[in-house]
Amino acid sequence: MSESHSTGVVQAGWGGGVSPYAVGHKKLGMWLFIVSDALTFSALIVAYSYVRIANDWPTPFEFYPAIIFSSVMTLVLLSSSLTMVFAVDAGHKGDRATAAKWIWATALGGVIFIVLHVNEWMHLIHDGVTPLSNPWGTPLFGGTFFTITGLHMTHVAIGVIYLSIVAIGFKGGKYDAEDVEVSGLYWHFVDLVWMFVFPMVYLMSTKIS
Amino acid sequence: MSAQAESHKPLFIKVWVGLLALTLVEILLAYIHFEPVIMLTMLMGLSVVKSVMIMAYFMHLKFDLPVLGWTVSVPLVACILIMIGYFFPDGFRILDFGFTGWQ
Repeated sequence: MSESHSTGVVQAGWGGGVSPYAVGHKKLGMWLFIVSDALTFSALIVAYSYVRIANDWPTPFEFYPAIIFSSVMTLVLLSSSLTMVFAVDAGHKGDRATAAKWIWATALGGVIFIVLHVNEWMHLIHDGVTPLSNPWGTPLFGGTFFTITGLHMTHVAIGVIYLSIVAIGFKGGKYDAEDVEVSGLYWHFVDLVWMFVFPMVYLMSTKIS
Repeated sequence: MSAQAESHKPLFIKVWVGLLALTLVEILLAYIHFEPVIMLTMLMGLSVVKSVMIMAYFMHLKFDLPVLGWTVSVPLVACILIMIGYFFPDGFRILDFGFTGWQ
């Protein structure tokens, strides 16, 4: 932390009436939401790690197709984060058409992710995995898998709707660059959560050959 | 709002490539395969590095006032450490007891 920054912040923040974080209320609000949502996911992932190491856990995911498939999902989500920063960049430059185009590209990434993931789910359901049982042992496998990936997929789905609204609103002049940036924060957070879900749920359960 | 006058596009592409490279390392670890506890530690370590990269660059914290980053990260990290501190010793205790699985 630079000295000039922190001194400035203290004076600005506690002098009264000014923004101590030098960000808009929407952006600060989104950050606070992200912290609370991150705690929800952290609780799930820490609890999952606990039951994972304390049990004889099934390792049903073949390197091909399951791991390759989920790796492609990771690639899609990471790439959609890149298109989102391009959208924010264009938004700050006031280029509404380009920003909307990049936001649509991001939302498309989200849609591809959901299609691939639902396909993954169908494979597992076809193999007889339910939230309460599975053919390979520890019943918690299904419960934790569907809870964690399901909650994440819900976030992706909400993100796609959110991004679509922002893309239309920003192009139409209803929203400003900060709204694009705030929607970007949400999207990157969804990406960040997957960076934990993917290794935990998939890579830790790779079939041992 | 935030100071984003100059474009960080080339930097963002580098971060994206870095994230992909770390993901490849993770997949490679899964391919080689290690004991669950070692595997969990290595994968979580890499995931923490990746999430810091995403927060610093994509989520812009590196370019915002440092106080914003501290405000969001300190309570979060503290809560996660408390959760790990409570859960993991018990996880290892069950391993030591030789839990034989669900009946």
